[in-house]
Amino acid sequence: MAETLHERAHAAEHHEELSFWWKYVFSTDHKVIGVQYTVTGLVFLFFGFCLMMIMRWQLAYPGQPLPILGGLLGDIRAPGGAIAPDFYNQLGAMHGTIMVFMGVVPLAVGGFGNFVLPLQIGAPDMAFPRINMASYWSYVLGGLVMLASFFLPGGAAQSGWTSYAPLSDIAPTGQTAWLFGMIFLITSSLLGSINFLVTTIQLRAKGLTFMRLPFFCWAQFVTAFLLLLAFPPLEAAGVLQLMDRLAGTSFFLPTGLVVSGQVLEVSGGGSPLLWQHLFWFLAHPEVYVLILPAMGIVAEVVANNTRKPLWGYRSLVYSLIFLGFMSFIVWAHHMFLTGMGTTMASFFQTTTMIISIPSVVILTALILSLWGGAIRFNTPMLFALAFLPMFGIGGLTGLPLGLSSPDVFLHDTLYVIGHFHYVVAPGTIFALFAGVYYWFPKVTGRRMNETLGKLHFWPSLVFMNLIFMPMMIQGMAGVSRRLADGGQTYDFSDPVIWLNKLMSHAAYGLALAQIPFFINFFRSIRHGEPVGPNPWDATTLEWQAPSPPPHGNFAEPPVVHRGPYEYSVPGAKRDFCPQNQPVGA
Amino acid sequence: MEIPYTVEARPDTGLTSGKIGIWLFLASEVMLFGALFATYIMLRVGAPEWPAGATVLNVPLATLNTIVLITSSVTMVMAWASLMRRDLSKARMFLWCTVALGGAFMVIKAIEYNAKFEHHLYPSHSTFLAIYFTLTGLHAFHVLGGMVINAYFAGPGSKLWHTNPQWFTNRVEHAGLFWHFVDLVWIFLFPVLYLL
Repeated sequence: MAETLHERAHAAEHHEELSFWWKYVFSTDHKVIGVQYTVTGLVFLFFGFCLMMIMRWQLAYPGQPLPILGGLLGDIRAPGGAIAPDFYNQLGAMHGTIMVFMGVVPLAVGGFGNFVLPLQIGAPDMAFPRINMASYWSYVLGGLVMLASFFLPGGAAQSGWTSYAPLSDIAPTGQTAWLFGMIFLITSSLLGSINFLVTTIQLRAKGLTFMRLPFFCWAQFVTAFLLLLAFPPLEAAGVLQLMDRLAGTSFFLPTGLVVSGQVLEVSGGGSPLLWQHLFWFLAHPEVYVLILPAMGIVAEVVANNTRKPLWGYRSLVYSLIFLGFMSFIVWAHHMFLTGMGTTMASFFQTTTMIISIPSVVILTALILSLWGGAIRFNTPMLFALAFLPMFGIGGLTGLPLGLSSPDVFLHDTLYVIGHFHYVVAPGTIFALFAGVYYWFPKVTGRRMNETLGKLHFWPSLVFMNLIFMPMMIQGMAGVSRRLADGGQTYDFSDPVIWLNKLMSHAAYGLALAQIPFFINFFRSIRHGEPVGPNPWDATTLEWQAPSPPPHGNFAEPPVVHRGPYEYSVPGAKRDFCPQNQPVGA
Repeated sequence: MEIPYTVEARPDTGLTSGKIGIWLFLASEVMLFGALFATYIMLRVGAPEWPAGATVLNVPLATLNTIVLITSSVTMVMAWASLMRRDLSKARMFLWCTVALGGAFMVIKAIEYNAKFEHHLYPSHSTFLAIYFTLTGLHAFHVLGGMVINAYFAGPGSKLWHTNPQWFTNRVEHAGLFWHFVDLVWIFLFPVLYLL
């Protein structure tokens, strides 16, 4: 059956053979672009992880020469092989930038969104295939500018991933490169988000109403709105900061600013708070850009492996929309201690408490979906299951930060780092791994190895917690997040400083735990177990196309007759009814 | 497989993909300029003193520019209307008019900028001039972008008319939406910077 489907799909599109370059490099096919995004995103993720491993050495053994790499970094970055504080700052700023803007988002939105969304809605491709390609190449360009900035005099950006002014206004050239890189990345996400929205609105298969969309599509849809509307203010902020740096304006420089004991010769009159407002107006929705696609992936994997419909599909969708809307009016909870005033703080802590409600609804619905299911514990499901408590910890530890009084104590400590890493690392990244294992058979026609998958999962779960749980303990003891020596200058960190070594070794352990994944990934492309178009017995449309889907995806446009998760329907012959299976058949 | 709804409207949404795409793009543009207008408000509210626009800037030239830009919006609509009446050569003529008016706007803007530079009034001089140059500069880039798009449709892009007139008409309509948006931004910029 798979073969005939494949042949029919091939016959239907009468395509001419494309040369290697047009087929795999400058392709306009959403599947190729999705794979390009995924691979590039994974490479950046790995690179950002390497930066972090260098930082972790410095935190565990401050001032001691870095083994192996230390000699290669040069005298400016690492005199005598030990990390210089300036270089440590570059690592920190670039780790954040790379992980958020070049790793997780391109992977979750560009990768999974591009590959899966058109298939799930039964479309032949994205609505604007050439714009799709432009989006990918703009992302690559932005990434290259960021990487090149390490080699500029003074190194890469070092004012944190938040690039707070006025520090960033007077930072070395690397910051200018950071801004140009961001403009490319913003362009990329603008082009991508328009494409996702139009595709979802226009190219849904016949019968696929909005309330029949798989939850993953809903997650991508809301995410695209966030990207579309939240990124432009950061672009505006970037333009203003470029003006400050290149044209000598003072948008973010207050009158009488003293730098190194001298009053800066600028016109003044600017406001450092302005940068923070514009930045967080993007960066808070960005948090949801990081998490919503992950929730979408988890919902797909959970429904499929519990063999049950999702619990509360409609409340999930409405929560998602409400979450997207609210994410635009919580940004200043990142700024409680900036002196913006208690009235503002009260407003934003109220909206922050409100936004936690839909998040809890979504998490609860996903957990309740497990109830009474005959759960299949395969690798994608293990990652999806781990996502639930990990994201739960990340979310709940955020509550004290969202209230302005406990935030007085906790802000800018390692507690903050622990909190959001629980959301993004064992949260989102675990969901992304679940997605890689889940859709790998669709991309290649082969399944990844289960044993290696479990060998990847269990150590990763243990090490993730060993890295981020101690961070929160250190943070509650008061250790600041931005110390290049891991906090040893301060007496109060004495009781918790030993945890630095534990966390660093756990980080290296986490690196080792990814080896089974690399082996599994590359081996399975050619030598994985060959499977049919629907190896997981799934209901959504992408599994009704051949694996791998040919150019144009479906042999003939699919027609949808059912909701997305009709598993274990009483009276049905099989325990799953694909969306395109007519009712009564 | 052809991608549907590039030329024909999808029955249940009543829109072509391009139409939705351009409106979404304009929504993001609103957020971009909205953030800059918010910046203007925040800087002005926080400033101990703020010059009245007319004391620094040239109001007559800006008024002339406003008229030029509004006229260009009219010619843009005429281009689209001519296509609806199936008259390509007239449409191309109106598109070139729009490009020329855009060019006139840029020349007048350049004269204004030059006058400022001659008096050593650079963006670094004061926060007012900083936001003035940033807003009008970014707007000028948008005018330039619109001119390039319109010139393309007046020139090489018009070949599409002979194979798919409906698609070409849609494209000119979308280019027009962008052009009107750029015009509209100026309608906000002019009073905010020059008159208030």
